[in-house]
Amino acid sequence: MKRDSEAAIRLDHVSKSFSGQVVLDDLSLDVPAGTAFCLLGRSGTGKSVTLKHIIGLIKPDRGHVFVQGQDVAALPARELGAVRRRMGFLFQNAALFDSISVGENVAFPLRRHTDWPDRRIREVAKSKLADVGLADEYQKMPAELSGGMRKRAGLARAMALDPDILLVDEPSAGLDPITADEIDALLVDLKEKGTTLVMVTHDIPSARHVGDELAMLHEGRLIARGTADDLDRSDNALVRAFMRAEA
Amino acid sequence: MFERLGLATLGLLGWIGSVSLFGLRALREMCLPPYEPREVIRHVFEIGWRSAPLVAASGFSIGVVLSMHTRASLERFGAEAMIPAGLAVALFRETGPLVTALLVAGRVGAGIGAELGAMKVTEQIDALEAVAVDSFKFLAATRILACMLALPLLTTMTDFCGIVGGYVAEATVSGMSWELYFNRAFSLVEFRDFVPPTLKTAVFGLIIGTVGCYLGMTTSQGTEGVGRASTRSVVLSSILIIVVNVVLVRLIFVLFPSQT
Repeated sequence: MKRDSEAAIRLDHVSKSFSGQVVLDDLSLDVPAGTAFCLLGRSGTGKSVTLKHIIGLIKPDRGHVFVQGQDVAALPARELGAVRRRMGFLFQNAALFDSISVGENVAFPLRRHTDWPDRRIREVAKSKLADVGLADEYQKMPAELSGGMRKRAGLARAMALDPDILLVDEPSAGLDPITADEIDALLVDLKEKGTTLVMVTHDIPSARHVGDELAMLHEGRLIARGTADDLDRSDNALVRAFMRAEA
Repeated sequence: MFERLGLATLGLLGWIGSVSLFGLRALREMCLPPYEPREVIRHVFEIGWRSAPLVAASGFSIGVVLSMHTRASLERFGAEAMIPAGLAVALFRETGPLVTALLVAGRVGAGIGAELGAMKVTEQIDALEAVAVDSFKFLAATRILACMLALPLLTTMTDFCGIVGGYVAEATVSGMSWELYFNRAFSLVEFRDFVPPTLKTAVFGLIIGTVGCYLGMTTSQGTEGVGRASTRSVVLSSILIIVVNVVLVRLIFVLFPSQT
């Protein structure tokens, strides 16, 4: 496992409220490069909001978010774009572009950010779809796919540019156990190739399998952090209960 | 009562300010690279070509109706020969541009508001940003530019179909030939009757595109919000077109005074 001394991602005392409701409360964490970091927690505790801070879709009210040493909230648009090109993001609901085919969704980042010929772009897009088990779905429209297939297509799009950092929001939600295991294996493979992973999940077995480090958010604060074994032995009853709930 | 009225007025002014800034930003983005020619062409096709049947049918019908009304009025003075010219001037100066803009506001404004609203609530706009694409430029600036390009073309189509409709109505009643009708129609038409009123529809396109994109991209509250954005796009862009038209007509009178 590759570990760079500098954190690939660092959140420094980040706070965020929406309409007066505190979602993140003085959150600090760092993710070393080339590791897999799993963010756990009950629904509505700010996990997805944390991911959106990392990719710069949401700006913190207070604090800083550093990606590869750059403060994403302070970057001008062009430089933020350059940082985002090194990241992939799988949205909770996949967020596929519904006016273009599944294959073109995956090809979209390649068309925007490379000058490759069309043939090569299609080949790479097909290969990414094959990685998530959707090799035959290139021509289908997103509306023709099931929820789990859409999720996998979203993951293929997130991987299209071979990002240094992959942010995935509940990658196994809506998938059957076998496909979920395949996706986990794919994420582990990406991590072993040096990709930094941040995964939001409720799936504890998946977090144990993929994550080098796990952390639990509760009411916008980090209440536990460590290996799966560390969290199993946590002093906090909520953390232990969450880790046990894996049936 | 006065407090409520004052708050409503302030809210309206704030909204107009936000929409205006949105439109100005779009105009600026259109001029800055990277340009998005493929998207603009695609939207011109969507907005322009797909609106063509509606615009053509409406233009033809308006031509027929205007011709019948003009005949009823001018017949009393024995000035039937003026029917083609009167119809052409009325169509080119005002009826064609305004009707086209209102038709497009109804067909396209609602579509833009609903499409972008749906993209907003399903996080597709965030997904664009996440793959390092400037969503404002890619979604809004391209659609607004496409509206600005399509409106003058569609207006010309309305005008042409209106002239044809007027001819059909006139030929049915008086048996006038196409050559004679055409010559009489353009006998009184000046540069200022056609070019400035047609080009002013680019401003109507700016309004339709800006209002639709603004309401779509600021949608909230799920599918209900999408429906609201769609309806409000039509209503607000139609009102703005009618109000701004008054200013533009006055401006054309000032900038292009009559030669006769």
